[in-house]
Amino acid sequence: MSILVYAESWEGRFRKSTYEAASYANQLANDLDTDLIAVSFGNIDESELSKLGEYGVSKIFSYSNVTKSDNNNASILLAKHAEDSKAIIFANTFSAKMIAPRLSSKLKAGLLSNVISTILNTENFTFQRQSFSSKAIEKVSVSTEKVIITISPNAFEIKNSTTNCVITKNDANFENQFTVIGSETNTGKISLSEAEIVISAGRGLKGPENWGMIEELAELLNAATACSKPVSDIGWRPHSEHVGQTGKAVAPNLYIAVGISGAIQHLAGVNSSKVMVAINTDPEAAFFKAADYGVIGDAFDVVPKLIEEIKKIKN
Amino acid sequence: MNILVCISSVPDTTSKINFTENDSKFDENGIQFVINPYDEFGLTKAVMLKEQNGAKVTAIIVGESSVEPVIRKALAIGADQAVRINMKPLDSFSTAKEISNYVSENPFDLIIAGKESSDYNGGAVPGIIADMLNIPFVNACNGLEIEGNEVTLNREIDGGIEKIKASLPIIIGGQKGLVEESELRIPNMRGIMTARSKPLNIVEANNPMTMSKSIQFEKPAAKGECKMVSSDNIDQLVNMLQNEAKVI
Ligand SMILES: Cc1cc2nc3c(=O)[nH]c(=O)nc-3n(C[C@H](O)[C@H](O)[C@H](O)COP(=O)(O)OP(=O)(O)OC[C@H]3O[C@@H](n4cnc5c(N)ncnc54)[C@H](O)[C@@H]3O)c2cc1C
Ligand SMILES: Nc1ncnc2c1ncn2[C@@H]1O[C@H](COP(=O)(O)O)[C@@H](O)[C@H]1O
Repeated sequence: MSILVYAESWEGRFRKSTYEAASYANQLANDLDTDLIAVSFGNIDESELSKLGEYGVSKIFSYSNVTKSDNNNASILLAKHAEDSKAIIFANTFSAKMIAPRLSSKLKAGLLSNVISTILNTENFTFQRQSFSSKAIEKVSVSTEKVIITISPNAFEIKNSTTNCVITKNDANFENQFTVIGSETNTGKISLSEAEIVISAGRGLKGPENWGMIEELAELLNAATACSKPVSDIGWRPHSEHVGQTGKAVAPNLYIAVGISGAIQHLAGVNSSKVMVAINTDPEAAFFKAADYGVIGDAFDVVPKLIEEIKKIKN
Repeated sequence: MNILVCISSVPDTTSKINFTENDSKFDENGIQFVINPYDEFGLTKAVMLKEQNGAKVTAIIVGESSVEPVIRKALAIGADQAVRINMKPLDSFSTAKEISNYVSENPFDLIIAGKESSDYNGGAVPGIIADMLNIPFVNACNGLEIEGNEVTLNREIDGGIEKIKASLPIIIGGQKGLVEESELRIPNMRGIMTARSKPLNIVEANNPMTMSKSIQFEKPAAKGECKMVSSDNIDQLVNMLQNEAKVI
């Protein structure tokens, strides 16, 4: 028996969410008294692969010529390695969201997404997950022999647990269902789903030309930038920054909302953040009811001050 | 071209979420149900493809008769016909199984679903359908062009987009970008009138097995009071974020 974790890599490296998934899977392996194994796709060095050993992974199978977007082949390979696994763990990334459902169908295993708890009952695989756009926590049980889990970002700690890790490199020769013909990424920027701090701004900022201070603040705090829906709809910011019920759900340690009113659809996607700060001219703004810290004031006055004060503590 | 649009019926986004029967079920009392926002982008895209190249658009929903107003709205927006599979959707697997059974008997060139339902946020139905039908799947799709049998798609990835080429048939999980917010179609009077005479076929379900079961719901813990800081004391705010909340 084993627990299998999908070890996603980006441009040859594992990132935070992979270590979160490995740590989570290792905990589950301990709870179920079994071993932890991993599968990785894409070109990745042995030294990087071996890092998983620090998080409890005892065996890793690496397929350098499979891309993670190729969800059919990825799920075929995961299914092969999961033959003996009780649980298959994913971080909730864009690629995982394509692979995990296919794997669920192949293995006839129940899939739970957005999981935020460790196992509550080992008999019938009971877990808690986020549901209703984080307006609710749902307890769900799975009746199949195996369970597939995708964990919410930033919900679990990364925990060291050093193990001897055996690396096996394989090639897979499959026909692809589609071809990736290119990609555009703004590397260098912190990814919104993984960021520990998010600086978000709304229509209160008046126009796209005023985002300089938001980006400056984000850079100082090593944070990602986000925005409310109307801001991306009007084209002030890219769609990828839109957070909320119909955008991305985020759960950073700190969410700073500047000039955002705090509509129910906005809060739905951000209120799992550990600490929220609202900056708004309107003392009646709904965001003050959801936030932990509030400043009633003009963004164009408060944000520059905030930048100055942060600079002081960073020096 | 035959296009199938999967529609899930979800509570209006402004809904307050409550539970009933000892917190074991979502309380539908007083809730207004709407087309899942991600499915609206897909439906509009399908109608636009029809206008550009000619196509027949079928909207499909797995649900009991209570979801009919929602699927009628899809007809009013421009779907040519609708199918309701008569079953309360209990989990992603059984919902996907019903839809793929239907498609096995009634093939489609393009299946458009949403990247997730805004109620249970499973994000699983289209991927499971893809696997059952053994066709390519692209999720979080925010761009789609069709030329003959060839499809070019964009999908969102962390911090960017990836471009993909595939051939029909294919299934996607769509989102904003498939069409823009400003392009979304709203039913007009003529649409609503003609929707009444468009076919809505009711198909009995095979009631496949379910794999997961909701047991109980709770609401996230209520937040404490918001601590207000004067805009003249931003140093205090930074101090609290650093030493009290310990987040910077
Ligand atoms: C189906 C549906 C889905 C939706 N999904 C989402 C979603 O996912 N995400 C989302 O964000 N919204 C969503 N919305 C929209 C939502 O209802 C709100 O309209 C939106 O969140 C408001 O954006 P905003 O706060 O930026 O703008 P506004 O509501 O216009 O608020 C601007 C705020 O800025 C303040 N302000 C003005 N000037 C200043 C200044 N100089 N300094 C500081 N503060 C200032 C104002 O007091 C006000 O509170 C959805 C709506 C619908 C109908
Ligand atoms: N009951 C349903 N009937 C038809 N389509 C559905 C149903 N549930 C989910 N879908 C489709 O699958 C997508 C993802 O839903 P989910 O996997 O439930 O998050 C939705 O956006 C719909 O397109």
